[in-house]
Amino acid sequence: MKARKTGRKTRRRLTGTILLSLFVLSTGIAIIALTVLIIDTASDGAPWLSWHLLTNFSSRDPKQAGLRSALFGSIWIAALTGAICFPLGVGSAIYLHEYAPKNRLTSFINLNIFNLSGVPSILYGLLGLGLFVDLLALGRSIIAGALTMALLVLPMMIVASREALVTVPEGRRFGAYALGASQWQVVRRVVLPEALPGILTGTVLAMSRAIGEAAPMIAISALLYVTFDPTSPLDRFTVLPIQIFNWISRPQAAFAGLAAAGIIVLLVLLLAMNAVAILLRDRYQKRVRE
Amino acid sequence: MASPESRAGSLRKRHKEKLSERIIRQALFLSAIFSIVVLIAILVTIAYQAIGFFEQVSIVEFLTETRWTPLFQPQHFGVLPLVAGTLWVSAIALFTAVPIGLGAAVFLSEYAPDRVRRVVKPILEILAGIPTVVYGYFALTFVTPLLVRFLPTVTVFNALSAGLVMGIMIVPMVSSLSEDAMIAVPDLLREGAYALGARRHEVATRVVVPTALSGIVASIILSMSRAVGETMIVSIAMGSTPRLTLNPLESMQAMTAYITQISLGEIPFGTLEYNTIFAVGITLFAIVFLVNLVAYWFTRRYSELYSGL
Amino acid sequence: MSEPAIETKALSVWFGRNHAVRNVALEIQTNQITAIIGPSGCGKSTLLRCFNRMNDLIPNARVEGVVLLNGENIYQLDVDPTEIRRRVGMVFQKPNPFPKSVYENAAFGPRLNGINSESELDSIVRKSLEAAALWDEVKDRLNDSAIGLSGGQQQRLCIARALAVDPQVILMDEPCSALDPQATAKIEQLMTELAKDYTVVVVTHNMQQAARVSNSTAFMYLGELVEYGPTAQIFESPKNELTENYITGRFG
Repeated sequence: MKARKTGRKTRRRLTGTILLSLFVLSTGIAIIALTVLIIDTASDGAPWLSWHLLTNFSSRDPKQAGLRSALFGSIWIAALTGAICFPLGVGSAIYLHEYAPKNRLTSFINLNIFNLSGVPSILYGLLGLGLFVDLLALGRSIIAGALTMALLVLPMMIVASREALVTVPEGRRFGAYALGASQWQVVRRVVLPEALPGILTGTVLAMSRAIGEAAPMIAISALLYVTFDPTSPLDRFTVLPIQIFNWISRPQAAFAGLAAAGIIVLLVLLLAMNAVAILLRDRYQKRVRE
Repeated sequence: MASPESRAGSLRKRHKEKLSERIIRQALFLSAIFSIVVLIAILVTIAYQAIGFFEQVSIVEFLTETRWTPLFQPQHFGVLPLVAGTLWVSAIALFTAVPIGLGAAVFLSEYAPDRVRRVVKPILEILAGIPTVVYGYFALTFVTPLLVRFLPTVTVFNALSAGLVMGIMIVPMVSSLSEDAMIAVPDLLREGAYALGARRHEVATRVVVPTALSGIVASIILSMSRAVGETMIVSIAMGSTPRLTLNPLESMQAMTAYITQISLGEIPFGTLEYNTIFAVGITLFAIVFLVNLVAYWFTRRYSELYSGL
Repeated sequence: MSEPAIETKALSVWFGRNHAVRNVALEIQTNQITAIIGPSGCGKSTLLRCFNRMNDLIPNARVEGVVLLNGENIYQLDVDPTEIRRRVGMVFQKPNPFPKSVYENAAFGPRLNGINSESELDSIVRKSLEAAALWDEVKDRLNDSAIGLSGGQQQRLCIARALAVDPQVILMDEPCSALDPQATAKIEQLMTELAKDYTVVVVTHNMQQAARVSNSTAFMYLGELVEYGPTAQIFESPKNELTENYITGRFG
C-alpha cells in the first residue's frame, strides 16, 4: 500500500516537473523566435544601410535605390492620421466614460468598438477605396490614406483614451462638482489634464500602428514607384511598408538586402516613436504629481 | 452676503451654460456614434461594389465553383480555393500559436516570479508590435529555406512557412488575453486548492485553467479572426496561385493576398475583374463576423455557467 | 491526557521585518475544539496557517521554531508540504468553492490522490457531504454548479471538500464571519459533531462563539500567546489582566 502511494506521489511530482518544463519551453520559443527574427533581418540588411538609402528615391538599380519618398509618405500619413484620430477618439472616450448612461445604446456602442477592432485591415482599405478615393473623389491621395488609417486605428485610440480617463480617481471629480463646476468644466479642467499623458501615449501608439500597416494603403493603391516629394495632402504617395514589400517582390537578390535595410529603418522609426510615447507618459506623470 | 438681485442673476447664467453643456454633450455623443457609422460604412461600401460583381456572376457559381481564374480565359469565379488558402494558413497558425501562447500564459500567470515577468512581458509586446511585412520577409527568406532543407518538396511559396510565421505573430495575442483571464481567477480559489494538498501544476491545470476557460477560448477564437484577416505574410510568402489542395507545402493564395494582388496590378477600377476584390472582401467580412460571433456566444454561455466569480 | 495532535515550540513568523507571531508554545488536544481569539492583527490567522504550512505560499514569510504533528516536526527539510495539507485541512473565511459541480468540488481532493473509480468517489463524496450536514440539501443537485448554493451551503461544501481527503485536523479561519446567524448556527453545530472524529482549531473574532463552541481557548495579542486554557476558565476567571480586559470588552 505504501509503495503504491509513494509511486503515485513521485508520478505527481514528475508530472509537475514535465509540465513546468513545457511551460518554460513555450515561453522560450516565443523569445527565441523574436531574437532569430531580429538577428536575421539585421544581418541581411546591415550591409545596405547608408545615408543615401534615406535620401534617394526608389530606383531600378539597387545601388541607387532609397527610401526617401516612402519616408516622407509615412511621416505625412502618421501625422495626418494622428490629427484626425485624436479628436474623434478622445471625444468618443469622453462621452462613453463621463457622459453615457448605462443603457442598451451604450453597450451597443461598446460592442461595436470591439467588433471594429476585429475587422481585417485590408477591409478598411476597401472602405477607403470605395468611400474616399471614389465617392468623395479624393483620389489615391495622402488625405484618402490618412482618413482610411484614422478609421483603422480609431478603436485603438478610443480604448487607450478610455483607459487614461479611468485612471483619474473618482474623488477628483466629486471635489470639482462640489465646488459648483459643470460637467464639461470637470472634464476639461480636472479629468483631461490628468488623463492627458495616457491619451498622448495612445495617440503616439496609434500613429506607430499607422506607420506599420501596409494592407489598407495597398488597397487604396499607394504607388509603388514614386519619384517626387509629396507637397500636399492631395498628392499620391507611398509608405515604408509598401516600399519594403515592393523590394521583397523583386527577383534580384540585391533587393532582398535592400528590403531588410528598409525593415531596419522601419523598426528604428517605430522604436523611436514608442520611446517617445513612454517618455511623454513619464514626463507628464511627473508634472501632474507636483 | 449675496443680494437677491445677484443671486437671481447667477441663476440665469447657469441656465445659459446648460445650453452649451448640451451642445458639448451632443458633439461627444456624435463622435461615439461615429464608430457605428464606420462599421455600417464598411459594410455598405464593400457590399455596394460587390453587388456590381454579383450582377454578372451568380452567387451559386461564386460559392461552389472550385476554380478561381478571373484574370485568365476561360474565367472561373469560384471563391473556394481562396477560402481554402486562408483556412489552411489560419489553421497552421493556430496550431502553432495556441500551445506556445497558452504555455507562456500559464508560466507567466502561475509560475514566473516578478523579475521574470518584467522581462518577458515587454518581449512579447515587442513581438506584437512588429509590422507584418517584417514577418513576411522572415517567412520568405529564413523559414522557407529552412523548411526546404528538411522537406524537399516544399516550394518557394507555401502555406506552411506563412502559417508558422503567422503563428509566431499571433502568440502574443493568445498569451496576453489568456493570461488576463487567468489572473482574473481569484487567489482565494488557488488557496483552497493548495489547502487540499494540490501541487502548483495541479492548481494551474485543475483549477485556474478550467475557471478561466471562457476567456481562454475567446482569446483563441479572436486570434483566429486575426489570422484570417492578415494580409502581408500571406502576400509575401504564400503565393499567388489559387489552388484547392490538401497539401500545405504547395503554394496557394489567401483571400487577402488576392486583394493585394489586384490592388497592385494594372486592372482598371470599376471593371468586373476589379470588382472581384469586393466580392472576396465581403466573403472575408462574413467569415470574420461569424468567427467573432462564435467567440461572443461562447463567452456568454460559459460565463453564465460560472457566474458569481 | 493523550498526545496532543499539534504542538508548537518557540514558533515565530516574520513578514519581512514585521514579527507577526512571537515565540508561541501551544498544545492542541486531539478530538477537541480549540479556539484562538484576539483583536484584529494579533496574528491568530498567521498562527493558524503555520499548522498546514500555508505561510509557505507568501513570498516574504519566514517561519522559525517547531510545529509537531503527531510528534513529527512538519517544518523539517525533507517534509513535503502537500502531504501535510492532506492531513491538516483548512476552511477559509470567505467560502471558496471551485466553479465546478458540487460533486466535483467534493471529489477534488480524492482525485488529486489518484482515486478515480466512480464507485469509490461516489461513496467518498456522499460520506463527506453527510459529515458536513449538507447531503440532504444537495443530494439531488450533485451536478449543479457549486456557485449556485447559498453562502452557508457553500461553506459546508468547503468543509465537506476538506473532509473528503480524510484529514486528522481541521483548521477554520473565521468560518462564519461571512455568514448570516442561521448559517452560523448550523456550522457551530457541525463543529461540535466534527470534534468527535477530528481535531478542530477555530480562529474567531467572535468571543461568544468561542465560548459556545470550544473546549480550550487561546488568547493572542500583538503576536504573543497571552493565555491558554480550558474555555470555561479563560472566560470566567482569566489569569492574565490583558485577557480579562479583552474578554470584558475594554478593548477590541
